[in-house]
Amino acid sequence: MSLLLGFAYGLAAVGLIAGGAVIGVWWERKVAGRIQLRLGPQQLGPAGVFQMLADVPKLLFKEDIVPYGADRPTFRYAPMLVFAPIAASVAVVPFWAGWAPLDSVVGVAFFLAVPSVAVLGMLLSAWASHNTLSTIGGMRAAAQMVSYEVPRTLAVLSVVVLAGSLQPTEITGAWRWWWVPLTAVGFLVYLIASVAEMNRGPFDLPEAESELVAGYFADYSGFRWAIFMMAEYGSMIAAALFGTALFLGGPAWFAGVGGLIAYVGVACVIITAIMWAKWTFPRMRQDHLMTFCWTVLTPLALVQLLVAGAVAVWL
Amino acid sequence: MSERLVVNIGPSHPSTHGVCRIVVELDGEIVTHAEPIIGHLHRGIEKMAENRTYLQIVPLTDRLDYVGSMYANWAYCRAVERLAGIRVPERAEYIRVIVCELQRIASHMMGIGSAAADTGAFTVFMYAFEQRELVVDLFEALCGSRLTYNYVRPGGVSADLPDGWVDRCRTFIKGHPDAMREIDRMLFGNVIFRARTKGIGVLDAADAVAWGASGPVARGSGVDYDLRRDDPYSMYPRFDFTVPLGERGDSYDRARVRLWECVESCRIVEQALDQLAEYEPGVIMTEGLPRLLAPGRGDAYDHIESARGCLGVYLVSDGGVCPYRMKVRSPAFSNLALLPLLATGHTLSDLIVVLGSLDPVFGEVDR
Repeated sequence: MSLLLGFAYGLAAVGLIAGGAVIGVWWERKVAGRIQLRLGPQQLGPAGVFQMLADVPKLLFKEDIVPYGADRPTFRYAPMLVFAPIAASVAVVPFWAGWAPLDSVVGVAFFLAVPSVAVLGMLLSAWASHNTLSTIGGMRAAAQMVSYEVPRTLAVLSVVVLAGSLQPTEITGAWRWWWVPLTAVGFLVYLIASVAEMNRGPFDLPEAESELVAGYFADYSGFRWAIFMMAEYGSMIAAALFGTALFLGGPAWFAGVGGLIAYVGVACVIITAIMWAKWTFPRMRQDHLMTFCWTVLTPLALVQLLVAGAVAVWL
Repeated sequence: MSERLVVNIGPSHPSTHGVCRIVVELDGEIVTHAEPIIGHLHRGIEKMAENRTYLQIVPLTDRLDYVGSMYANWAYCRAVERLAGIRVPERAEYIRVIVCELQRIASHMMGIGSAAADTGAFTVFMYAFEQRELVVDLFEALCGSRLTYNYVRPGGVSADLPDGWVDRCRTFIKGHPDAMREIDRMLFGNVIFRARTKGIGVLDAADAVAWGASGPVARGSGVDYDLRRDDPYSMYPRFDFTVPLGERGDSYDRARVRLWECVESCRIVEQALDQLAEYEPGVIMTEGLPRLLAPGRGDAYDHIESARGCLGVYLVSDGGVCPYRMKVRSPAFSNLALLPLLATGHTLSDLIVVLGSLDPVFGEVDR
């Protein structure tokens, strides 16, 4: 029974991310278009919404190219290793007040730890491509993702300390409005570190189009490429949902369906803000990125943790 | 010493600004050597010119610097006019100045835009391209082409300004400086862009002169040299303009000099339009030119300040209807030669920024 349920949740998570990615691509093209004095998709259906339906078959029908000299089995299966952990991390998101698909007592740790496995997939795909640009991209991805996990985890810990629990449903249950001003810095650190985790601009160095063409997935085509893209959007969706739940209370605002709608709505606003940042800022350089992580974000997250800890003790 | 990684950037790559291959030797992310390998866009234009008449060569020169075709047209025509002793009507000279200053804006918009896109600021690229589009629209109204104009001809220009063109041009130059100030805030004021470009690829003035750099690359290093002022040609002595200079000679200064040059170009165009109003329309070609130009034996060299620097054309005639030899002195070629000097010791990301700040156009490098 639990196996069947797990299977159903897995399918649902893949469906959520795939659907979210398709809508996300369309929405991003609209957002980017407006920022860049363009219109974005507009020919297919109202506001070009059917463009997303056209994009999927396009990717499906493209040739699946494995470059000469590539490590074939690794090359073919590495994208799954990038996608699967990110899809799994959605399982602990508390969609409903008091309910998450996987209501684990260590849900927060699960959410922070499991997507990290994706680094292995990125390194493997980079290495298996047998391409110097991919290799550099993979190395950058590994360095960046491992580093940014530190401030991200520290930022989330401040909420964990306040709630006194690692269980996402308990945290949303214990959430109070005054957490928002108290953990504002932590939320900001969490957002920035999450953008770096999902390799999006201005932190998209591992793919750095102008330098590395597309970094670790430069040699991928068709649906395998789409899996990387879905992983990126999935990571963005998961980070926005989880951040909204933990720092802003998420489903705790209203009971029932209203709570879910408000929760997803706020997450969408955060996703839009992340897109906005990508189309506004230039890309950072590797050493600046590391300096920023270790000298700005990590100390900020530590201070936030100290403040949250002091308040928790005083309570 | 750690093991070196050799990375082959190009010839097909998003930010080589054309088709160029750069073999980069990396120690980690640090560039220990960078070797631009040119010639992928070599079409033998100088050799082809030996088998064409003087008028047939003009479209060939369009294909040199395809981001700034007007310049190559003009530099070539000046060399022909010097060789054949042709005097150009003043109205045509004014029109040449106007289109070439507009071309400078169009070309610099490409330069700044792609320098921004190289650092990931793709939105600035689109903003710069909006301005470029406005210029290209003006050119389309003028000569029907958007990229290769074939407009400046030996003895004058191919067509007079169409009705209403002057007003459209004035509207553009009125709005353009504000657009430049917006880009200045958006790109050059951005903390990430500053960190990416300041102190990257520093070229000191002595090196700039020694390596034959010219144009915004040399002026970014503070070399106060602009052919429009220092070897005045055409109508430039009649205009009041300043030559923007950089201080540190880094990628930031090179890119920013281009921005202010656009504002200065607007000033020149405005003055030129005012002075042009005193001339009778229609007189845009030297009277009595033969259909087939055949200058006497001899040679001639002339150069102009293109968007990339000192663009010179050398022509040798043996008295026939085709030149005996044509040689183009390409500023992009000289500027590109600086890449190994500037990029060594920086990271791979900086190499791309340095290349973008040199703003090479490979049609002109390879010829």
